[in-house]
Amino acid sequence: MRGLSDLFYKRPGALTAMLLGPPLAWIGIVYIGSLLALLLQSFYHLDDFSGIIIHEFTLSTYGQLFESSNLQTIGRTVAMAAIVTITSAIIAFPIAYYAARFARGKTKALFYLAVMMPLWSSYLVKVYAWKLILAKEGIITWAAGGLGLGGVLDALLTLPVIGGSSLSFSYIGTFLVFLYIWLPYMILPLQAALERVPKNYIEASADLGATPRQTFRTVILPLALPGVIAGSIFTFSLTLGDYIIPQIVGNSRPFIGQAVYTLQGTAGDIPLAAAFTVVPMLIMGVYLALAKRAGAFDAL
Amino acid sequence: MKFTKNAMVTLCATTSILANGFNTFAFAANETELNIVAWPGYVERGESDKGYDWVTGFEKETGCKVNVKTAATSDEMVTLMNQGGFDLVTASGDASLRLIAGKKVQAIDVSKIPNWANVDKRLQDAPWHTVDGVHYGTPYQWGPNVLAYNTKVFKEAPKSWSVVFEEQNLPDGKSNKGRVQAYYGAIAIADAALYLMHKKPELGIKNPYELNKDQYAAALALATGQRALVGRYWGDAAVQVEDFKTEGVVASSSWPYQVNLLQADKAVMEKTPIASTIPEEGATGWADTTMMHAEAAHPNCAYAWLNHSLDAKVQGDVAAWFGSVPAVNAACKGNALLTDTGCDTNGMANFDKIWFWRTPTGKCEAEGTCVSYSQWAKDYLAVQGK
Repeated sequence: MRGLSDLFYKRPGALTAMLLGPPLAWIGIVYIGSLLALLLQSFYHLDDFSGIIIHEFTLSTYGQLFESSNLQTIGRTVAMAAIVTITSAIIAFPIAYYAARFARGKTKALFYLAVMMPLWSSYLVKVYAWKLILAKEGIITWAAGGLGLGGVLDALLTLPVIGGSSLSFSYIGTFLVFLYIWLPYMILPLQAALERVPKNYIEASADLGATPRQTFRTVILPLALPGVIAGSIFTFSLTLGDYIIPQIVGNSRPFIGQAVYTLQGTAGDIPLAAAFTVVPMLIMGVYLALAKRAGAFDAL
Repeated sequence: MKFTKNAMVTLCATTSILANGFNTFAFAANETELNIVAWPGYVERGESDKGYDWVTGFEKETGCKVNVKTAATSDEMVTLMNQGGFDLVTASGDASLRLIAGKKVQAIDVSKIPNWANVDKRLQDAPWHTVDGVHYGTPYQWGPNVLAYNTKVFKEAPKSWSVVFEEQNLPDGKSNKGRVQAYYGAIAIADAALYLMHKKPELGIKNPYELNKDQYAAALALATGQRALVGRYWGDAAVQVEDFKTEGVVASSSWPYQVNLLQADKAVMEKTPIASTIPEEGATGWADTTMMHAEAAHPNCAYAWLNHSLDAKVQGDVAAWFGSVPAVNAACKGNALLTDTGCDTNGMANFDKIWFWRTPTGKCEAEGTCVSYSQWAKDYLAVQGK
C-alpha cells in the first residue's frame, strides 16, 4: 500500500492513467473498434450469386445506396426525422416555458412526473397501444365519427403520400407515434435551457419598450436555442435509427433502420447494411457540426 | 422470420405432465449444460403454464441444465448462431440452408438418435436440412401459411390466392384495395411465384424457391403490383390479429396460430369472423429444424435433447402450445393437450399441398442458376417502398 501511495505521489500521472485507463480502453476497443469494423465491412461487397461476402476493397456497396429505392428510403427517413424534430420543438416550447418560468413546488414536481412517466413504461407497450388508438376501428375514428368529423378524417386519409386506409396504416400514424415517443427528450433539455435565461433580461427588455413578441424573438429564443438544438439531436437521431415504430404503425414503406435489419439477417448482406448504417452517422456528424457552430455545446 | 409467435396460445392445461416415458439415453455425463436458441414458446419449462413443461424432466433425466435464448426472427437466429456460444437452434427453412452454407451447424449422426425412426418419413430427408444426403438437424414442428379470410365477406372460401394478388371486387362488391395483406419478409415472393406456377404455366416455374431471371422478374412484378392493394405488410403475428379485428383486413396469408387465436375469441367471431383455407394453388409453409452448432460445447447434451425433442409426448405438447403440426405422427394421437383433432386443426392433412420455406440460393436444381435470397431481400424492400 505504502509503495503504491508513494508512486501516486511521485508520479501523479500514474493515478490518472490507472483511473482513466479502463474506461478509455472500453471506448477505444469496444466502441471505436466496433465502429471501425462496421466501416470496414461497408467497403466489402456481397457476391449476389453465391451470397458470400467478398473481402476486397470496393466502393460498389456505397454505389448501391444511390439506387433509387435506397435513396428513397434515406430521403423518407430524413424527412420523417426532420418533421418529427420540428414539430416536437414547437409542442415542447410552451410546455417547457411554463415549467421553467411559472411552475413552482408541487406543480413543478407534477410536471417532471408527467414528462418522465411515459419513459418508465415499456417502449413496445406504448407503440402497441398507439396502434390500437389509431386503428380503423380505434378510439380516434370513433370520436371523430361521434363529433361529426368523420369526413375530415377521411379527407385527411385520402391525401396523397401521407394518407392510407387508416391512421395506423399511414405516415400520419407513424409520425404521431414518433412524436409521442420522443417528445420528452425535447422537453427536458429545452426546459433546462429556459431556466438559465435570466429573468432580469426579460424585464430589461420590457423596460426598454420591447413588445412581448420582440422579447421572445430577440431575447428568449436566442438564449434557449442551445436547448432546442440539444433536444433536436435526440429526437432527430432517435427517429433516424428507429426500426420498430415503422414496423408496427405505418404503411410498410421501409426506413433506414428496417433496411439495415432486413439486410443484416437472413439476407446476409452485411456490407450494404453497414453502408446504410454509415448514412445516419454522416448526417448526424454534419448536424452536430452545425449545432456546434450555433453554440449548442457552449453551456457544457 | 416468424416475428413473435409468443407463447400466448390459450389452450387450457388439463393434465400435468412430467418425466415419464422418456427413452433412457446413454451418454458420457461430463456435461452439465445445454444452450438453445429457440422461437418463443418452443422450449417451455412450465413457467408460462404449469401444464406445458418438456424441460424439467429432461434436466432430471440427463443432468443437462437447459438455457434458452429466444429469438423473434430468423434474422436474429442467424446473428446469434454467427456469434457462437450456443449448442442448438430451432431454425426455420429460410435460415437453415444459410446456416449450413455458412458452416455454422454440423452434420448429425442420426444413428445416435433412437427417436429418429419416429419422424414423419416425408420430413426425414427434407431439402431444408439435408444436403447431399447428410442430415444437419432433426425436424421439430411445421405449419402451413394459410389464406385467412373474413367469412362475412367470403361466404365461400376463396379458391385462389388471386384475391390477395390481383385487384378485383370481392364477393361483397367492394374492391380488395387496402383490405388485404402480405407477409413482410422477402420469402413472400415465393407466394407470388407459387401463384404464377398455376396462373402462367408458360413461365415453367417448377419450384417457387428456385427461380431463374425471367421467372423471378414475373414474380417480382406480381409482388410489385400487390403493393397497391396492401395497406401494410404483416410481420408480427400479434399485430396481424389486431389488423383482422380493427383494420378491416379481410384476406391475407397467415398462420394457423393467428387463426386459432381469432377463432378462440367469441366477440371477434361475431364481428369479424375469420376462417382459413388452402387455395387450389397450394400454399407455402414453414418447417423448423433443430440444428447443432458447428462448435457446440456440449454435444452429448445436444444429442440427448435432439432425441428428447422427437419424443411423441414432447412433440404433441409443443404442437398444442404453439399451434403447429408435430414432426412425429405418433404425437397426434392420445395427447391430452393437443387432443386427437389438434393435428388436423393445425393443418396436418395439407402436407402434400405445401411448399416449405427454404433459402433461395444461386445454385439450384430446377434451373441451374437462380436468383439468390440477398437479391430477393433487396428487391422486396424496394417493393414495399413503392
